Amino acid sequence: MAKAKTNTSSGAKTEDVLARHGVTAKIALELMQEMLLYRRFEEKAEESYAIGKIGGFCHLHIGQEAGAAGVIKVLQPEDYAISAYRSHTQAIAKGISPKAVMAELYGRVGGISGGKGGSMHVFGRDARFFGGHGIVGGQVPLATGIGWKIKYSGENLVCICFMGDATVNQGGFHECLNMAAVWELPVIYVVENNKYGMGTAFDRVSKTEISARSVPFDIPASSVNGQDVLSTFKHFRNLTEEVRSGGGPRLVELRTYRFRGHSMSDPVSGTYRSTEEVERHKEESDPIAILRHQLFAEGVLDQDTLEEMDVTAKTIAAEATDFADESPIPEPEALYENVWAATNVHGRLFFDGQRT
Amino acid sequence: MATMTYREALNEALREEMDRDPDVFLMGEEVAEYDGAYKVSKGLLDVFGDQRVVDAPISELGFAGLGVGAAMAGLRPVIEFMTFNFAYLALDQIINNASKLRYMSGGQFKVPITFRGPNGPALQLGAQHSQACETYFLHAPGCKVVTPATPADAKGLLKASIRDDDPVAFMEGELLYNLKGEVPEEDDFVIPLGVADLKRVGSDVSIITHGQMVHLALQASDKLESEGIEAEVLDLRSVRPLDVDAILETVQKTNRVVYLEDSWPYAGTGAQVVSIIQEEAFDHLDAPVLRVTQADVPMPYAKNLEALAKPSVEQVLESCKKVLYR
Ligand SMILES: Cc1ncc(C[n+]2csc(CCOP(=O)(O)OP(=O)(O)O)c2C)c(N)n1
Ligand SMILES: [Mg+2]
Repeated sequence: MAKAKTNTSSGAKTEDVLARHGVTAKIALELMQEMLLYRRFEEKAEESYAIGKIGGFCHLHIGQEAGAAGVIKVLQPEDYAISAYRSHTQAIAKGISPKAVMAELYGRVGGISGGKGGSMHVFGRDARFFGGHGIVGGQVPLATGIGWKIKYSGENLVCICFMGDATVNQGGFHECLNMAAVWELPVIYVVENNKYGMGTAFDRVSKTEISARSVPFDIPASSVNGQDVLSTFKHFRNLTEEVRSGGGPRLVELRTYRFRGHSMSDPVSGTYRSTEEVERHKEESDPIAILRHQLFAEGVLDQDTLEEMDVTAKTIAAEATDFADESPIPEPEALYENVWAATNVHGRLFFDGQRT
Repeated sequence: MATMTYREALNEALREEMDRDPDVFLMGEEVAEYDGAYKVSKGLLDVFGDQRVVDAPISELGFAGLGVGAAMAGLRPVIEFMTFNFAYLALDQIINNASKLRYMSGGQFKVPITFRGPNGPALQLGAQHSQACETYFLHAPGCKVVTPATPADAKGLLKASIRDDDPVAFMEGELLYNLKGEVPEEDDFVIPLGVADLKRVGSDVSIITHGQMVHLALQASDKLESEGIEAEVLDLRSVRPLDVDAILETVQKTNRVVYLEDSWPYAGTGAQVVSIIQEEAFDHLDAPVLRVTQADVPMPYAKNLEALAKPSVEQVLESCKKVLYR
């Protein structure tokens, strides 16, 4: 990640706390740089998809970047994060290089999963980013298991479990909240409420609000403006420390909005939401624009610096696609690798006649 | 005959059955206002209203089970899974409830429910979204499994599935929705379950298959023809019930069989068919039966690996030649 400059052109010091926001200028500028990168990265992915370099389903986080930046910023490197398929930016935020994420989207050897996972399955064990899950709600039990491990081993860590709003209607979500509450697991269940699960508005198929879902389990719930990265960051800074020090699980709703279609195969608007609605959100709740206003008003950022930061973001995104382009496609042998542990094998594991 | 897409044929079947029987309703994710993720239910909401065309939350276990309960109580539900990959969440309701209720209750209950949706490997969708799911649904007795390959079969078999008094997993080919074909215009076009269809007549070798793979078999047969080999393509159309007579007939005719499926080999449909052939037509075989299947690995995302994982025309050709000792 490119470092933001230590002193801004307007003269304010980056270690100064922005009084109105309770965040240092340094952090705020880093969040800006990160969100710019996520935006430019996703735009590159969009371009690459359009020309067929990325295939299958590809879900972009454009419009929701503050969730990745503001939440993951508060974590320590050993903390865990896990997510669904809309997770390129979260993977980068957690420390996987943009190059390795982009190469995964391209299905190349340099991809973080060797090209075998694709856009929906970005995994980075070393970065403690545990995927990249394609089945709605599939990651929620896994997060609960990670929380179990943390507690089992007496570690001072937390696990962030990202999911979409529509995911809270899966039974497994409720089963897990109960278990996490019973065993006081250090898991923060983060629901990115972008108002829709594909083309279905949350309210049409949901009786109660997201924050009401943890009430039966006595898990504290909160709701944050997920387009305001400073609020998101502050909220999670406090919350994470509560959970880390044994406070048990939390449920957080991040109120957000997706600026693109559900996936690259879906229209941006249509019967389920109007073009005007999308345009209004882009106008009023773009997380980058909101932070820009805040930082301009505080005098810690000016247009020139912002443009430089954007150049940095674009450069990193372009380097990611260059890397992906140059990374070779997997060798045919890779097809049969990593199906099994391959140690201590007696008897036949493969049955297709190609491998025995 | 009318020419229509596979998608339109399914839509017509749903429309006709809902028209015919007020107990038939359709429930699933995005089926109503969005016309279905693959647009199969297009326009049905307008015709039948939101009591009969119902958008469900993402709660597969819940709404599949809701359908089972409604079927026990007398309705005839059609439950759409956005794709069969997501039906795994509902397997308990399908296998432990839908498939066993008739038996466990000593015949007091019938469960006339159709679970339908796209199935089978698609294009670069990776390990969790690209797989053929038949085997999971037919392993335990009690659930029928239907896999139409053409628009006509899609229409006739869906109508039969909805009318069937047992649970049916109706598995549409995810890559077939835009496929065009002729569909009979007769008033009530129904194809009974359990009747295979010869999609191509030949005398040298039989390719037995079902679902999306029928088209691969036909492509392979065209190539074989140019090499002077006449392949017969038997489309099972449903893998449970299984048209054993049609299988034995083609074996007796060509004496050489290649089984083609886009699922994994272990305990796949091919394993069952091969077992029947060796039990009941051993003396008619001039060569061991070969299987062409998806590679025995989860589906990889990378394009080149995906191509290696899926059954290919070349593999079918090679296997056909092998059983012909050419
Ligand atoms: C179990 C399951 N059912 C259905 C799908 C198809 N599907 C993929 S994403 C999605 C919508 C999920 O919405 P939400 O949880 O709000 O996340 P968002 O996409 O808005 O980030 C659906 C229905 C799936 N992948 N898994
Ligand atoms: Mg959503």
